[in-house]
Amino acid sequence: MRLLTHNLLASNVKGAKTGFPLKIHVFVQEEHETAFNKAFLLATLRKINWIAFREAADSLGVPNLPELPPDLDKCDDSMLRKYHHALMEVHVKEGYLICPDTGRRFPITKGIPNMLLNEDEVC
Amino acid sequence: MSRPEISAPPQEFYNDNEAHKYTSSSRVIEIQDRLTERAVELLNFPKDDLPRLLLDVGCGSGLSGDRLTELGYSWIGMDISKSMLQVAQDRTIEGGVIQYDMGHGCPFRPGIFDGCVSISAVQWLCNADHLQQEPRKRLNTFFSQLYRCLKRGAKAVLQFYPDGAKQAELITTAALRVGFSGGLVVDYPNSTRAKKYFLVLVAGCLDGISTSSTILARFESSEADAFKSVRVDRRSKASYEGKKLSMGQRLKAHSGHKHPKGKAWILKKKQQARCRGQEISQDSKYTGRKRKDRL
Ligand SMILES: C[S@@+](CC[C@H](N)C(=O)[O-])C[C@H]1O[C@@H](n2cnc3c(N)ncnc32)[C@H](O)[C@@H]1O
Repeated sequence: MRLLTHNLLASNVKGAKTGFPLKIHVFVQEEHETAFNKAFLLATLRKINWIAFREAADSLGVPNLPELPPDLDKCDDSMLRKYHHALMEVHVKEGYLICPDTGRRFPITKGIPNMLLNEDEVC
Repeated sequence: MSRPEISAPPQEFYNDNEAHKYTSSSRVIEIQDRLTERAVELLNFPKDDLPRLLLDVGCGSGLSGDRLTELGYSWIGMDISKSMLQVAQDRTIEGGVIQYDMGHGCPFRPGIFDGCVSISAVQWLCNADHLQQEPRKRLNTFFSQLYRCLKRGAKAVLQFYPDGAKQAELITTAALRVGFSGGLVVDYPNSTRAKKYFLVLVAGCLDGISTSSTILARFESSEADAFKSVRVDRRSKASYEGKKLSMGQRLKAHSGHKHPKGKAWILKKKQQARCRGQEISQDSKYTGRKRKDRL
């Protein structure tokens, strides 16, 4: 699971308010090189929730992300590459996600978050 | 042709064996490619080369996703079958995937997708795999949460295999009921074998006109009745005695401080609306009470 995917996910278990952002607990992480696509990256950075992104990167030990959303018109390529790396190239292989509202855990195995709910957890 | 939907639940039908067979068949690849291409054509994005993020519902092993990547879209996929997703992951697909049952909704933030495709999957929602599953309810949950995670004005194109006209209508109605506008596009309608159904939907506004009011007018469900009765009963004087009443009487009957359907019902409806991403007032001790008559 990339941090991009994580930034889009929200738990919709019964009782959750926004279900976002899910906390990440990581056992195993990996890096996979991905082609740098500037236009896509800029569009994506406009869409993501920066605070959630930075916190998630923190929990994976990916350093050096600014506290506040950067001014994208002023970012140079080296900074953008750093964001690209954190967002697209770092993967959680094994671990779990935690719903911020209910504490419900969602396992991540072989890189795939399992967000399945039991029937009585559907809202 | 036999329908896999009635043979087993999807997560059992698409086991390791079937997932491999499915993904390595050149015939399947070719068909899924073409269907995906057609779905994207129906999404009909402006030709501006802007990067777009799509949701692929029932993404399976990523055959539809591969085509999306080739066409220049980024995508996130969800599927119920671990085996299919594992095959996708092993083939190093470009999109991110999660395991999820679409009948339980769409676990994403509101308004984040620029569009949605679903290739050969939503007919699975019409089967109940155990007693707690009710197709209508699952369709409703799916569509209302799909609506929520799409950007306003975004389109969803869902290609599916209905087992007949009834099923096509069931699925279409479920989508329109939660506020989508749109309808079915049928390709090759005169050929039983080549015939393909695409449900083409727009979330919210079509040409700047909100369609929710027209949708509401088409409602025939009990919800719409309740809606009418709530509005009428403010002015009514008669009291509700719990008897079976005619429709006309029912509209006039309710009064007093309590809502006719009870507080629990209102709380449930409010929660459902919240799940759809609507802004709903907080629950409080006043919820479901009648307002004081004031001039
Ligand atoms: C015919 S395959 C299509 C896969 C992919 N879209 C493609 O074009 O190759 C149908 C997929 O729908 C998935 N599916 C069926 N029911 C589902 C559900 N309730 N939630 C999510 N996915 C489901 C199955 O697991 C399967 O992978």
